[in-house]
Parts: sequence; structure tokens; C-alpha cells
Amino acid sequence: MSAAKALLHPAAKPLVFVLSLLPFAWLFYAAATQNLGANPQEHLIRSTGDWTLRFLCLTLAVTPARVVLKLPTLQRFRRMLGLFTYFYVVLHFLSYSWFDQGFDWPEIVKDIAKRPFILVGFAAFLLLTPLAATSFNRAVKALGAKRWQALHRLVYAIALLGILHFFWMRAGKNNFAEVAVYAAILAVLLGWRVKEALRKRASRSPAPPGRDVRTARSVARQESRV
Amino acid sequence: IAAVRSTVPGAVTMEKPTEYKDATSYNNFYEFGTDKADPAENAHTLKTRPWTVEVEGLVKKPAKFAIDDLVKLAPQEERIYRLRCVEGWSMVIPWVGYSLARLIEKVEPLGNAKFVEFVSLADPKTMPFVGSRVLDWPYTEGLRMDEAMHPLTLLGFGMYGEVLPNQNGAPVRIVVPWKYGFKSAKSIVKIRVTDRMPPTAWNKAAANEYGFYSNVNPNVDHPRWSQATERRIGEGGGLFAKRTKTLMFNGYEAQVGQLYAGMDLKKNF
Repeated sequence: MSAAKALLHPAAKPLVFVLSLLPFAWLFYAAATQNLGANPQEHLIRSTGDWTLRFLCLTLAVTPARVVLKLPTLQRFRRMLGLFTYFYVVLHFLSYSWFDQGFDWPEIVKDIAKRPFILVGFAAFLLLTPLAATSFNRAVKALGAKRWQALHRLVYAIALLGILHFFWMRAGKNNFAEVAVYAAILAVLLGWRVKEALRKRASRSPAPPGRDVRTARSVARQESRV
Repeated sequence: IAAVRSTVPGAVTMEKPTEYKDATSYNNFYEFGTDKADPAENAHTLKTRPWTVEVEGLVKKPAKFAIDDLVKLAPQEERIYRLRCVEGWSMVIPWVGYSLARLIEKVEPLGNAKFVEFVSLADPKTMPFVGSRVLDWPYTEGLRMDEAMHPLTLLGFGMYGEVLPNQNGAPVRIVVPWKYGFKSAKSIVKIRVTDRMPPTAWNKAAANEYGFYSNVNPNVDHPRWSQATERRIGEGGGLFAKRTKTLMFNGYEAQVGQLYAGMDLKKNF
């Protein structure tokens, strides 16, 4: 009860907002005071990528945590965390475009097309864009809940592309320890959803007769199509 | 380490040396961890005395050198080399050492000697990441005989006028300035003269990414990034400093270009 109450506290959302901005504030401060080590450009590119993955995991953790911990009010934070994922991926892409490529757009286009791991990361960034753009209430209404939800299921593909991007980046150095940590977290978060879906389907099978008929009819329809 | 300025052509670049702090805190030395900050943090465990370097294989006079004898084998020279990492960053480092050729001449290679293999220390007691699956330990590298005998190929014992810090490959390492940094084996314990191309650590780990030659070449990209430009560590302009153009053979083309005359460098990358 107290946890649920805390989540509803008027300061809860601003607090999460400020906490989510801390990595950015730290990177900004460290960059300004030249505290990013010998290769600050690389540090910024990598850190913003790391934080994108972390926020993606946090966003995907909201629903399982809400159900498992029986804390429906957790849901209030999902949109903000999702938007912070987008915030950090934009910073990631900007850092790469600026510090690595000097905003040379023809070069950037060539680089993205040529290198699978960059292409995969860029695809994830592109796919995340419509999700960020339709995160506000009016967009949900305009799209209708069903279509909105279908669109936002893209996040699963984005998560897979994101981890593949990271895996591929580290692959040449056989250095998979960190990749494995994120992959394991994502596997748990996505695996939970698969399990939930299967459970729901299973609990639906001894359904009332009305639904049985409908299922049968749809099966028949499908069969006749084959 | 007392040293005289080298007179070997190309051995002293006029470019501004990288700050000592950067050159000793941003390192790839996977025996001590895969993060660039790991070697500086972990390499203090490395014991550099006593240390012997064994020279064996196709030589008339195989020998085991105690490190202090090896240091005195030839006059120490200061050489200021560009260092280009395969990852796309570079430094300028004042090394102390002498041409590897001095040592190889000493052991008198046989007529069928074609390659030289370098073996780094792999001691799990003092090197915490030996045993990790990143590479097949010990770290091995290799050069063709003419590359190994080139006067620019350095057997290094120091940098910035001092003994090599552990994270930079103490007590003795190879420095091949026209090749990507990983070709320059650190903390070596064995030099083997052979008649066949030796297997090398990174080539074994990812043959499509790291070739045996690994000459710095802006025209041959790494499969995952371009090699056309590099980030000079610590260069003025800070965060917004532009990357600089990478030079063929890291700017040592005049000295080493003839070693590769007629070779397809795209195939022999």
C-alpha cells in the first residue's frame, strides 16, 4: 500500500524525470569540464548508447513489474521512460553524426548503408520515432487504442535490433560480457510477455459455448482458405 | 632511461607528443581487461623483474636474455612515432629502445627464416583477464622477416624518457609504427624465428577483420568502420576537434612502401 501511495505522490513523476535526466547532466558536465578521459567523443557516443539500452530495458520492465508486483500505478511512468529512451537515442545518433562524422551527411548516409551494425542501430532509431511521436494522449485517441497498441508493439522489434546493434559492435572483439547482461534482461522481459500471452490463450480455451462456436467458425474459414 | 635521439630515417616525427597521462591511461592490453581504463588500473600486478626473453627457432644461436642484458644489447634511442590504433584513434609517442634488427642479427637467422613470431606473457596470476574468452592466450603476433628487420621496427623498453609503464607493455615490447597498434606485441617473453606465417591473436579471433599484415591503410576499411580518418587523442579543440586524415602506412610510406611493392594490399590487409 505504501509503495502504491508513493507512486501516486505528486512529486513522484517530477522525481523520475529528474533522475532520468541525471546521466545527461553528468555527461554534459563532464564534457564541459574535460572529464571524459582521453577520447571524449568515443565516451559520449558509447555512453549515450548505453543509456538508450538502459532506458529501453526500464521501459519494457514497467508492465511486468506492474503485474508481478501488483502495482498498477507503475503504469504512470511508462510513457516518460519510453520518451527518455528516445531522448538518449537521439543524443546517441547526434553524437555519432557530430563527433564521428562531423555532420557530413553524404558520408553518414554511406556509412549507415555500408555497415550492418550501424544500419541495424539506425533502423531501431527510425522505428522508435513514430512511437515517440504518438506518445501523447491525442495521438492515442486519433489512432484508436487497437491501432496504437499494434504500432507500439514495434518496441519488441526495436529491442531486438538494439541488442543486435550492440552485439555486432562488440563481436569483432569477442567481448560479449556486457552484451550478455542486456540480452539476459531483455530475454526475461520479453519472455515474460510470451509466457503471459500463452497463459492467457490457455485460460481462454475452456471458453463459453458462444465463443467456441466463433472459434470453430474462424478455424473453418481458415481451413477453407487453405 | 638514457637515450640518444635516433638517426634512423623517419624515426622522429615533429608532431606534438600525446600527453603522458593519456598515453598511460587509455590502453588496449586485454590481459588486464577490455576497457581502455582497465590496464592502468590492473597492470600494477605485473612483475617485470626477473624477466627473460627467449629467442629461438630458425637461428644459429638461440638464446635466453635476462631483461637487464637485453636492455644493454644496443644503444638506446629515442624515437617519436605516430601510433594508429585499428579502432580509429591515434597518438604520438616518444619511445625508447633500439631496432629489433640488432637482436635478430645477434642470434643469426638461418637461410630459411621467413617470419618472426612474438609471444606475450600469459600469466593468470598477475594478468586477471588471461583466461577470458576474448582471445586465445597467450597473445601472439608476427612479422615477415623483412618487416622485422626494418630499422623502424623497435624493440621498446621505455617511453617519455622513462621505463615502460606496465600498462604500456613493460618490460619490453615491439613497436611497428606503420601497422595498427595491435601488431606491436607487449610484455614479450619469446621471439621465435620461423619459416611459416605465424598465427596471430587477433587474426585467430576475427580473420575477416584483422589480417596478418594490418598495415595502416586509409583505403581499406575495417568491416565495421572506415579507416580513412582518425581521432588524434588530446588534440586541441577538445570535443569538437575534427578527425584527421589517416596516411598510407601511417605516414611511413617513404620508409616502408617498398616492402609491399606489387602486393595487393586489399587482399593482404
